[in-house]
Amino acid sequence: MNGRDALLAEVRQALGRQKGQAPPPPPPPRIVIPELSLPQRLALFRSRLEELGGKVLEVPTLAAARQAVAELLDGPAVASNSLVLAKAGIPSLPRVVSGLRDAAALREACRNAAYGITSADFALAETGTLVLMASAQEDRLVSLLPPVHIAVVPVSRLLSGLDELYNRKAKPAEETSAMILITGPSRSADIEMILVRGVHGPRLVQVIFVDEDVE
Amino acid sequence: MIISAERKQSIERAVADPKLQLAVYSATARLKQKRVEAVSPAELPDYQQLRECAHQLKKHALENLDYYLEQFEANVLAHGGKVIFAQTGKQVGEFIATLAKQRGVSLLVKSKSMTTEEIHLNEALEREKLEAVETDLGEYILQLAHERPFHIVAPAVHKTRHDVADILSQKLGVQREEVPEHQAMIARRTLREKFLAAGIGISGANFLVADSGAVVLVENEGNARLCVSAPPIHVAVAGIEKIIPRAQDLPVFLKLLARSGTGQRLTVYTSFLSGPRRAAEVDGPSEFYVVLMNNGRTKLLADSSKRESLFCIRCGACLNACPVYRKIGGHNYPWAYSGPIGAIITPQYQGLSQDPWLPYASSLCGACAEVCPVKIDIPRILLELRHEVTREERRQGKNGLERFAFRAYSWVMRKPKLYAAAGRAAALGARLPGMLSLGPARLWASQRETPKPAAASFRQLWRQRQAGRLP
Ligand code: SF4
Repeated sequence: MNGRDALLAEVRQALGRQKGQAPPPPPPPRIVIPELSLPQRLALFRSRLEELGGKVLEVPTLAAARQAVAELLDGPAVASNSLVLAKAGIPSLPRVVSGLRDAAALREACRNAAYGITSADFALAETGTLVLMASAQEDRLVSLLPPVHIAVVPVSRLLSGLDELYNRKAKPAEETSAMILITGPSRSADIEMILVRGVHGPRLVQVIFVDEDVE
Repeated sequence: MIISAERKQSIERAVADPKLQLAVYSATARLKQKRVEAVSPAELPDYQQLRECAHQLKKHALENLDYYLEQFEANVLAHGGKVIFAQTGKQVGEFIATLAKQRGVSLLVKSKSMTTEEIHLNEALEREKLEAVETDLGEYILQLAHERPFHIVAPAVHKTRHDVADILSQKLGVQREEVPEHQAMIARRTLREKFLAAGIGISGANFLVADSGAVVLVENEGNARLCVSAPPIHVAVAGIEKIIPRAQDLPVFLKLLARSGTGQRLTVYTSFLSGPRRAAEVDGPSEFYVVLMNNGRTKLLADSSKRESLFCIRCGACLNACPVYRKIGGHNYPWAYSGPIGAIITPQYQGLSQDPWLPYASSLCGACAEVCPVKIDIPRILLELRHEVTREERRQGKNGLERFAFRAYSWVMRKPKLYAAAGRAAALGARLPGMLSLGPARLWASQRETPKPAAASFRQLWRQRQAGRLP
């Protein structure tokens, strides 16, 4: 008997179960989605993220989003391959590196960038959270290595909270190897419970909601 | 009940150390308060339902653990990852060391994990000439200082910024820096290079999601994200009890975990990781392993009355609530897990004979059970363990005096005349100076205010009243 079978046999013996025995049905999932209008969701998201030291802007169009990003940048930036950013024309802004599909090149660019620009698959109002699913469009490092993370997010992707997210994405693993929830800037209170931002991830998260869809 | 002289001294030292007492007391007080606000009815109206639901989900998952482990394994395989079953901590170390050698890796980065603390993974890798670097700020400081975590969620809570300044300047040869923000930036710079150079990233797992084959990690700093994103190989080490059935169960647990631990609505980062980077994805590890570890868990699983000890999601709330933990501190618990949860699981994993005093390291006030987000009945389990300790002592013929005393007491209690006489004698005795400095009474009296016996006993008052001498 190999290690796997031995361990599973031990578990079964501890529980008095037989190999292949089906379990009774689990308790039903507890998904409770609150009713929140778009203005309510926006106000809630803003207050949650600002409480954590993040910032929120609302702009009407993709062109206005491009303008807002341009005004924020005062150093080298790297942008993800997101369709939202492409449609907004953000990759063509000066000092923005984009279109990287090679992991090593991407990592090098992120290492030297002052800003990482992404979109997000969803945002969650109740917690001020961005949801990023790794894909050809969104990598893992642009939102992590540079000291400032800017996210341009169509406002139609703003959900109420965790329950609505897992209601829409009951099986995230079918689509991605990594679904990352980002709730404010990186922080630590490990030394004397004193809050420090930007310990390993970004010290600032700037969200730009845009009232224009890309699909 | 036996406590070693060394342990006793070490506890006395902790209690007499004002700096330590202040650090632990103020940090736990703050975490306690933040938890109270975060689970208040205004903030989380369905808190009690969520707790009950979390309890039922854990119960179901553990009662059918073999089924969910197999389901988890099949889903990891389907996404291109591998699952390793390890019976002992030693096997976990051997697997990682062998993998590192096969891939020519000598530097590994680690995110915070109590499971790897439990099995002393860093020491095992060190013996194999591998460098495993802790990357959580608190854990990094402790690794430099060669200490173990003091608290499940705030590992370096006993260190002041001055201690940290000493450690960083001595171990890294950097200039002395007293401001926490600057200290954190020193760690950021040093560790950034390690992340980018490491060949393997090791993480624990807060949850294993059976229907997805996913490892879920929660953290605030971003070091866990870096560990699982930058190096080409990700190895997650998890106890088999971390299984939950479905991704859709996560909202329940995520709403409870951070709120109970630090009072946050959600930790800054929650990573849901299922397998290596997919074909279309730009970055991420190309190899993904999950080590499912037993290391004594099946022993707890077999005991249906104490099985719920395995429900723990390591939020740390019971530590902050515990008057004993707050006094004696984390390092006086003998194993990686401290506080009330440590007091119930350590004896179950390691046997009661090692530290029979642990189940007594509690006032049974119930504060731990009240704050536990998965509703583990810690006081009940402590009592069961105490029962086991005394049963064992009886078997070994130990503690005869205490047993004799209780037998004598129960015999006297059943004889009214004798009881009355004994009461009078005790009242008299307590008034005699020096009586309580004798024998076993001295130990008892040294930590307590001795109650003053009433002028007249209840029985005397009753008789007087019956005789009409009292209203
Ligand atoms: S026993 Fe309960 S309160 Fe204590 S750490 Fe575990 S989950 Fe938290």
